[in-house]
Amino acid sequence: MNADQLLVKIEGIVIQGRSDEQWLPIINSVDLHLHRGEVLGLIGESGAGKSTLGLAAMGFARDGCRIASGTVEFDGIDLIAADAKVRRSLLGSRIAYVAQSAAASFNPAHKIINQHTEAPVQHGLSSRSESEKDAIELYRRLRLPNPDEIGFRYPHQVSGGQLQRAMTAMAMSCRPDLIIFDEPTTALDVTTQIEVLAAIRDIVKQFNTAAIYITHDLAVVAQMADRIKVLLKGDEVEESDTDSMLKDPREDYTKSLWAVRSFTREEKALASEEDMPVVRVRNVTAAYGKIPVLYDVSFDIHASRTVAVVGESGSGKSTVARCITGLLKPSEGAIEFNGIPLPADYRQRNVEQLKQAQMIYQMADTALNPRKRIREIIGRPVEFYLGLRGRKKDERVSELLDQIELDPNKFIDRLPSELSGGQKQRIGIARALAADPKFIICDEVTSALDQLVAEGILKLLARLQDSLGLAYMFITHDLATVRAISDEVVVMKNGRVVEAGGKTEMFTPPHHEYTSLLLSSVPEMDPNWLTELLQQRGVDNIGDAAIDRMDRT
Amino acid sequence: MDTVAWFLLWVVAIGITGWAFRFAGQKIQWPSDRLNMYFRDMPLMVGIGFMFGLVLLYVVFHYYFIDQSTFFRWAVQGFVIFTVASWLFLTLGKYVGTQATRKIFRQMPLTAAFGILTIIIYAILSIFAGVIAPYGQEEIFEKINVLPGGDPSLGGDPRFPLGTDQLGRDLLSRLIYGGQNTVGIAFITTILAFLIGSSFGFLAATLGGWFDQAVSRIVDALMAIPQLIFALLLLTIATAWAGSNKELITIYMIVIIAVLDSTRVFRLARAVGFNIVVMDYIEAAKLRGENLSYLIFREILPNAYAPLLAEFGLRFCFVFLTIAALSFLGIGIQPPLADWGTMVRDLAQFINFAQFSPHTAALPLMAAGAIALLTVAVNFVVDWMLHKSSGLKD
Repeated sequence: MNADQLLVKIEGIVIQGRSDEQWLPIINSVDLHLHRGEVLGLIGESGAGKSTLGLAAMGFARDGCRIASGTVEFDGIDLIAADAKVRRSLLGSRIAYVAQSAAASFNPAHKIINQHTEAPVQHGLSSRSESEKDAIELYRRLRLPNPDEIGFRYPHQVSGGQLQRAMTAMAMSCRPDLIIFDEPTTALDVTTQIEVLAAIRDIVKQFNTAAIYITHDLAVVAQMADRIKVLLKGDEVEESDTDSMLKDPREDYTKSLWAVRSFTREEKALASEEDMPVVRVRNVTAAYGKIPVLYDVSFDIHASRTVAVVGESGSGKSTVARCITGLLKPSEGAIEFNGIPLPADYRQRNVEQLKQAQMIYQMADTALNPRKRIREIIGRPVEFYLGLRGRKKDERVSELLDQIELDPNKFIDRLPSELSGGQKQRIGIARALAADPKFIICDEVTSALDQLVAEGILKLLARLQDSLGLAYMFITHDLATVRAISDEVVVMKNGRVVEAGGKTEMFTPPHHEYTSLLLSSVPEMDPNWLTELLQQRGVDNIGDAAIDRMDRT
Repeated sequence: MDTVAWFLLWVVAIGITGWAFRFAGQKIQWPSDRLNMYFRDMPLMVGIGFMFGLVLLYVVFHYYFIDQSTFFRWAVQGFVIFTVASWLFLTLGKYVGTQATRKIFRQMPLTAAFGILTIIIYAILSIFAGVIAPYGQEEIFEKINVLPGGDPSLGGDPRFPLGTDQLGRDLLSRLIYGGQNTVGIAFITTILAFLIGSSFGFLAATLGGWFDQAVSRIVDALMAIPQLIFALLLLTIATAWAGSNKELITIYMIVIIAVLDSTRVFRLARAVGFNIVVMDYIEAAKLRGENLSYLIFREILPNAYAPLLAEFGLRFCFVFLTIAALSFLGIGIQPPLADWGTMVRDLAQFINFAQFSPHTAALPLMAAGAIALLTVAVNFVVDWMLHKSSGLKD
């Protein structure tokens, strides 16, 4: 088989989506060429049409979309003109798809291995028992723990990162020529992500499979792809080899994408010992029912400062926030506000106490009532806490909208569904500001957003902190965000504070073992980063495997 | 045995012609590419479906023109008239009105237009019954058992286009007044059921804990007893209490049906409420210090409108049918007030004459048809709303 042979040829494809009684373009005449054994990275913001283009490579358009013109050829077969029978014989056996959320894509009612063997048996490529043997071999190659046994579990009995690798194994089950990876690591923690990345890269190389890798994370795509194609609102911006793309981006838009990670703030001088912290978490121990979640957690947050709480999912970061807001009663310890202990239950706090601590949520979609207009969403806390009504209330709402850089005349009467993700998050910030608080908890506020948009939110938060003297508690698992905005860092693992201190101190060695794992797992823009890291740490000393090892010692 | 053989023969015949239809379609070179693609990708069942449709069309033609079956002709005529009327209504809506209403009409299927048109007609007839109805609902004339149609040679009278009942009351007037009574009472009952059911449901979802447990178990107990039998039992007791006061019986009936139906509404409101209270915006409102009524009416309720509205339509039909059923059994709406359930019962025996005199048999069918038409119309509208609200969610 010639390595340079063209596998996928998409030319002049136009895809339209039906919205509000008319067809709107999603992809405007984009070409895509992919050779055998090559990995193409597709990047862009959400809504750029990455996934739509990825699916088009399978000759498929989502419900409500249509391929209006253009051609899709897979190994010389015209996929758009091909009838259902031909396509069915290709999909699953020669073209495979790995979705973003493995947890949502596996059928929870069947064991993993039974779902794995379905495609090869259906396509008549191998018998059930052969396919099972092959599955176990693939699990081993993807370095899943207990490869002989893990396939016989149900999807809910396996962690997210492992499930994503099992899904990659499933895509490999027929040894396809092409796999489409649609943001396979976006929903994972950094420490888990790195394991999945290493596994995917390895297996794609081993079997010389061509792949289209869709993501919005540049550092990730730099590790995975041979070539990168940048999309913006359905148009191709540029395409070139990974190396030249990283070193020398031609278009302004690409450059702006590259520059995102450069936003940082100077660390402020440590607060003196005598200063009264705005919020003091004192020896908090808490449990959900009988299951303990937090053990003796203590830290202070001072005015005008940002404390980043870092850790993987399940480490108890969000539980600390629930204790501070009073949603969860700590079994021991207390939360002090300006030196005065707060009642443990939010129902016993008075309006003045509730007003001081506000919260910004991760998912702006669920944090804003979809049936209320912006005027009411922001106006309600203004009315409730400050007692403003009528004209004065409207003026205050307009003022707040100005502060978050949205035009009041344009946005005040919109519904949340009429806003973009970044705008929704800004409304969430405005709602917190409306209470005129001293302290704001930001719970993963940027993790659901694209990098450019996230940067805008971080800049806004930094500006607001400087002008209003707010104290932030910043819950995140993204160390790039920590580096950008925080003054102090608290690292949590299994409900305990592992390490705490100033930002500069935290980012210079020596670290606690876990901190160093976290730090080293953040992908960098260097395309050789993953290779070097694997050489340094060894393939079995990354991600969950490394954490397991830590727990044992 | 003979029928089974015939049936099998028909199945095989339709199957073979269906296959042949598809085969022919694939062999012929159609002028348009779309048509070529369509036949190439056609599953066999679709081809068979086309042939089955053809057979069905012939059956309709046969009964309408050759057999000239009276009821079948009425049904086909009614179907055509209603389709044309709803199409006109839909077209009217597309070109008249504000931008927003025109958009709604453009996206509306014909079934929903039919439903809305029918409901509007029912509402107008019920509200203005006193003006529209030619006679009073209790007015008795000397002519009894006049047949519908107004043709004197068939036993009709032009003064009573739909005929009179055994006591000599004009059926058209009673149908119109019956709408006022039956639909009006059903509407009040449904609203009451929703007030009770949804407020308890949302309270249970918001408060949780022992309140939820207590209310849910009571509802379980109420739901465990078959509804119609329970309603009959309670109404018998209520009738004994009310004595000869007929208005009091109606009020008792409204309350009893409302309470029994509110258990179903409670279940739905509680389930919907539980999905909403876990949202972050509810947490944000709780942390703001909002009280219970703000949480329920301003935060939860607006997000539960779609499923509740859909349930309202269905529940309305059930309540309406329950009232008709109770009236049919003689303990619902009391005579001489006109009501569709009672009208069906009073005229029921005439259905036996269907073979000899279709016009006589039509007497009880008019009230029954009024019930059926409204039920179908409401369900069409509800289907459309459900479709719209589920479309909004993604």
